Amino acid sequence: MIKSFEPWLYLAPMLLFILLLVLVPLVTGISYAFYNFDLISGTRDFVGFDQFLRILSEDEIFLTSLVNTLFWTSASLFFQFTLGLALALLLHNGFRGIKFIQPVLFVPWAVPSFLIGLMWVWMFNPVTGPLPYLFEWLGFMDIPENILSDPDHAMWGPITANVWFGIPFFTIMLLAALRSIPKEIFEAASMDGISGLKAFRHITVPLIAPTIIITLMMRAIWIANFAEIIIVMTNGGPANSTQIVATYIYDTAYQKMDFGYASVLSIALLFMLMIYGFTLGHIRRKMKVYI
Amino acid sequence: MKILKYPFIIGFLTFTLFPVFWMFKISITPDRLLYSEGIVAWPSNITWDHYYAVLVEGSFPDYFLNSFIVSITTAALVTIFAVLGGYALSRFHFQGKVTLLIILLLTQMFPIVMVIAPIYNVLTYINLVDSISGLILVYTAFNLPFACFLMQSFYDGTPMELEEAAMIDGCTRLQALEKVTLPLCLPGIGATLGFVFTAAWSELLFALMFISRQSQMTFPAGIMNFVTKFSVDWGQMAAAMILALIPVCLFFAYIQKFIVQGLTAGALKG
Repeated sequence: MIKSFEPWLYLAPMLLFILLLVLVPLVTGISYAFYNFDLISGTRDFVGFDQFLRILSEDEIFLTSLVNTLFWTSASLFFQFTLGLALALLLHNGFRGIKFIQPVLFVPWAVPSFLIGLMWVWMFNPVTGPLPYLFEWLGFMDIPENILSDPDHAMWGPITANVWFGIPFFTIMLLAALRSIPKEIFEAASMDGISGLKAFRHITVPLIAPTIIITLMMRAIWIANFAEIIIVMTNGGPANSTQIVATYIYDTAYQKMDFGYASVLSIALLFMLMIYGFTLGHIRRKMKVYI
Repeated sequence: MKILKYPFIIGFLTFTLFPVFWMFKISITPDRLLYSEGIVAWPSNITWDHYYAVLVEGSFPDYFLNSFIVSITTAALVTIFAVLGGYALSRFHFQGKVTLLIILLLTQMFPIVMVIAPIYNVLTYINLVDSISGLILVYTAFNLPFACFLMQSFYDGTPMELEEAAMIDGCTRLQALEKVTLPLCLPGIGATLGFVFTAAWSELLFALMFISRQSQMTFPAGIMNFVTKFSVDWGQMAAAMILALIPVCLFFAYIQKFIVQGLTAGALKG
């Protein structure tokens, strides 16, 4: 009897906060999807599932933004994770001056996202930043231009900014995971003749796997929902080439003031993220068997 | 591998610091040279006026103090609750656990912009709108799900046997957690603290929507004061940003000893 009650005791303080300040507002936000907000009279009418039909039948921007979300999320996540892991391994092995360099490497994570956007707008602008000249020198561009105004490549602007911002997250989390592996395990393994890459593959990776899965899961969800950098840098343009679902939701809610439809779009995004979440959760359960 | 190490570190440092350097350059460039010397690495004339304006003339010392109070309190609250909650999720199998995990995950998937108005209503209801206390509660609630998952993943990585042995030796569960498992999870606690502190330190949207009194403003919202309808004061904005990085560096320098030390202070060696 006590056994089944005990975990809820530890969870209670946390759940109280989440219930009051996250879940209740969340349900309210979802309920918007069933209302049509009228700005002029300030009233709202219950319209049932009407607005859900709109997303399926007549919204081309949604489809574009969906494809862009996939690209934005996977490219950002790939570079953040691989570079973050590489940096975590470097820091884990240690080097001269690490004490002073390490805190500096974490700095991007602490910059407010709209400032990150502004910073990179400066960097990419040929009047105020060095990057167009670097790209010209490297042969990517014939003349130094602003990548953010080129519909074919504009997305790489916010992605670069996002990678800059997100590397430290993976570094901190993975470094902490690497640090909590008992050294004795490696000592025992090396007595059995297992070291180097083999030890990394069979000891390190499985032991940091829980952290890898949870960080990949959360980061992907956050990146897909992360609109600030794009809003500041390109505002979805040029020609919707950087419009992701999250920026489209922001635009629908705060520019067009159509909270009902914005909520429908949010629910669509939620569903897709759930599919991703369940897939990773499934992998996580599978892997636990082997750890 | 060893030879590649230093080029990699230099590469990372360059990528991380160059944009910060560029903002620093903007912060010391006199306004009249901002565009005419936009692409030179060091302006022909430098000025500290922007720093003076931010630190002495404006309300930034207050904003920084508010931000610091909000971030520290949020980090402490979240870490305490997540240490407990993550423990329950890692060490117990109970009815409703899967549902709970899904709900916690769901909270992260819905765009923040859609919940601002409902949260505002809750804050009004508990009379904490337009105050940093309300902001702390909101930040705590929103950072808890991930922090809890994170602590869970660190508990998952520590052997349960040590804890069980301690309980057989007469420790209560919470004593075993405190004396055996938590020292092993010190890197995870450090990472959680660092994550939540920076998340609260840099959050803008809630701060902008829930706070209107100058005396309660945090620094990201304060920075928006530089953006007016007609112009943006880039120099002061850059200066405020550079100044805001200093406390974060210090905080990371402090918590890195938890992340890095970890096991050496842990129970296995003791």
